[in-house]
Amino acid sequence: MAGAAAKTARSAGRGVSEKEVPPGEGARRGSPSGESGVPQGAQFTREDELTAYRSMLLIRRFEEKAGQLYGMGFIGGFCHLYIGQEAVVIGMQMATKPGDQVITGYRDHGHMLATGMDPKGVMAELTGRRSGYSKGKGGSMHMFSKEKQFFGGHGIVGAQVPLGTGLAFANRYRDNGAVTLTYFGDGAANQGQVYESFNMAELWKLPVVYVIENNRYAMGTAVNRASAQTDFSKRGASFDIPGEQVDGMDVRAVRAAGERAVSFARGGKGPYILEMQTYRYRGHSMSDPAKYRSKEEVQKMREEHDCIEMVRKRLLETWKVPEEELKAVDAKVREIVNQAAEFAQHDPEPDPAELWTDVLL
Amino acid sequence: MPTHVLMPALSPTMEQGKLAKWLKKEGDTIKSGDVIAEIETDKATMEVEAVDEGVLAKILVGDGTENVAVNTPIAVIAGEGEDASAASKGAPPAKLNGGEGAEPKKAEAPKPPPPQEAKAETKLPAASLGHAPQTPPSAEPEVPEGTQMVTMTVREALRDAMAEEMRRDELVFVMGEEVAEYQGAYKVTQGLLQEFGARRVVDTPITEHGFAGLGVGAALAGLKPIVEFMTFNFAMQAMDQIINSAAKTLYMSGGQMGCPIVFRGPNGAAARVAAQHSHDYTAWYSNVPGLKVVAPHTAADAKGLLKAAIRDSNPVIFLENEILYGQSFPVPKLDDFVIPIGKAKIARPGSHVTIVAWSIGMTYALKAADQLGKEGIEAEVIDLRTIRPMDIETVITSVKKTNRLITVEEGWGQSGVGAEIAMRVCEQAFDWLDAPPVRITGKDVPMPYAANLEKLALPNVDEVVAAAKTLLYR
Repeated sequence: MAGAAAKTARSAGRGVSEKEVPPGEGARRGSPSGESGVPQGAQFTREDELTAYRSMLLIRRFEEKAGQLYGMGFIGGFCHLYIGQEAVVIGMQMATKPGDQVITGYRDHGHMLATGMDPKGVMAELTGRRSGYSKGKGGSMHMFSKEKQFFGGHGIVGAQVPLGTGLAFANRYRDNGAVTLTYFGDGAANQGQVYESFNMAELWKLPVVYVIENNRYAMGTAVNRASAQTDFSKRGASFDIPGEQVDGMDVRAVRAAGERAVSFARGGKGPYILEMQTYRYRGHSMSDPAKYRSKEEVQKMREEHDCIEMVRKRLLETWKVPEEELKAVDAKVREIVNQAAEFAQHDPEPDPAELWTDVLL
Repeated sequence: MPTHVLMPALSPTMEQGKLAKWLKKEGDTIKSGDVIAEIETDKATMEVEAVDEGVLAKILVGDGTENVAVNTPIAVIAGEGEDASAASKGAPPAKLNGGEGAEPKKAEAPKPPPPQEAKAETKLPAASLGHAPQTPPSAEPEVPEGTQMVTMTVREALRDAMAEEMRRDELVFVMGEEVAEYQGAYKVTQGLLQEFGARRVVDTPITEHGFAGLGVGAALAGLKPIVEFMTFNFAMQAMDQIINSAAKTLYMSGGQMGCPIVFRGPNGAAARVAAQHSHDYTAWYSNVPGLKVVAPHTAADAKGLLKAAIRDSNPVIFLENEILYGQSFPVPKLDDFVIPIGKAKIARPGSHVTIVAWSIGMTYALKAADQLGKEGIEAEVIDLRTIRPMDIETVITSVKKTNRLITVEEGWGQSGVGAEIAMRVCEQAFDWLDAPPVRITGKDVPMPYAANLEKLALPNVDEVVAAAKTLLYR
């Protein structure tokens, strides 16, 4: 990944003279100064930056709290944290419209929060309580919200890809103009059903964007140890599906690519693939000591490419946002997360009678 | 307010661990995400990251301490502007497993939920033998008296059912291999493309896993797909999507995500197509809560039940049979003939022995009953029609009358549907049985190709007749 990521990260936040601003671009996007290394159309306004900051921070703090509650025994089973990858889902969400759908695998808490699902309901599901999104019957990997058009939360690697393609099929059938974001990882990208889906999506020109979150490790297996073709943007080549590699640590680059892909799909041109080059800071799940990579590698990503730190730096240096304003945002996010955690610890377990409900309609 | 850092559980099974090493020292400033310590769990050495920010005011459990119970306070973090030394005063001392003193104190943390065993008193519904409560069979006749009957094949009845439901509901569409332009590999979808067009009659590539999953996705979004498998043998490739996605999502979503989909196609042995194309999957699907499983015999049942399946809000596995496709039966001439899922039918009344079958198993059962009738033995033949939910009441009522039970299926015996029926009869009507139930099943071998061997592998009428005579000591 590092090519794009490193390049953008080095230049982001660096003082840039006015003459580097593309003519008209700065004004159109409302940016005071352009930045070299920022993909075209990726400039953020002050509001964009603040929105991204707040949204990504919510996921980061939520996940840290989930990790803590796991440690305390409130959350059981598997718990896959999204820490490090926040820019992907937030940038993509900024490129969508209401009515668009999201479906993903089991590293899914970030996607839920990004679609606007209530942190209390998500956390209460993690603790297996009755006010959880699935009444405590789904857990970390299986949550849904029809209202927010979030279709899960799927525990079988790659299974969400045909499902997301089917959501897109339904959109096309209804001709409702909606686009489906179908997320999966570099590991799932090797599943056969992914290519069965690519084939049908292109054959029928379905409005679906495949977002491959390449965080470099499928559980403990590095991408180059499991994938013959590590450029995942090319994975649709034999179906003529366009794809691009995106610096998934830069929320601006993600939104820009997301807008291109979503507009392509919405325009009836068929599916689009975005390989998001990202990184997960934590282990695959809570019990993974992550011995398959060096501490230095993780530390370097956190220090030099952290998606939240980059936005924070731009807000302080480029936009001259007072530190107090950001601290207020931090405090607000912390409050939301603490309230969610508090709620999730005290909400009752499901009624025993719930064992027998929701098997059939 | 100062915060206690607690000894975390870092695996689903960890109860205690060793605090191997502190990576921060007292007085250090800590940010969220900083690795503050290393802990050895029952599986590996793990890093502990800080969630709270501030200053590491006090370390309560030192480097190298073993057997630190989960949730023991191991350090105190003071928030910004707080007096670190004051903060540490209130911290409870660390209590270690095996050390003197009481249990580890849980600081300000509320108690985790009690373990599952504590809830043994939980009351289960009356029908809790692992089965959901069932609706009693209705006594109403399915066909009003005087209804005109027309003769048609099972194939035509299935097609009519789909066409009627597609006319009725714009959300219904059919997809599968060769369903459109080819008019169906077994001609079950004949004429549908002409009437409904390519938008609603969709030819798929030969990718069962993918198009089954796509169908489930469309159903989650509210469409009502009929997914045709050219045969159910190929649905094994799609099994994950059928079971994990279609059958379980409603439960896992707490009732939010219904999946109104029908998977249909021929199931079981055809003729001379050998092991990979002759598998009977009835028992497989029968095992899964969240599915309904239907296996009709006659054209009338095929039509009425398929219409019900298409209207059902749940995933329905609709098991047809290639041998039956061409067989003709009388079908009521009604505008909207729907048979409720989950109701068995007494196909032939009798008083001496109960024979339960479904789908093609009914052909053996009925022929055997004819033969037995000639010898003065009146067999009651029950067409189960739906395997899940199973109308066991109709079977029990019959067994209480005849005191004898035979099941007939082409599938294998071990863990088969007959085994399930016999077990439930033993559970609910043991005292009425005059003899142990008998299962007539396919032989316990992969289906052979050679004509004579194939015949031997399948059940036959003589086996059913002989079983009935044995049960009646004749």
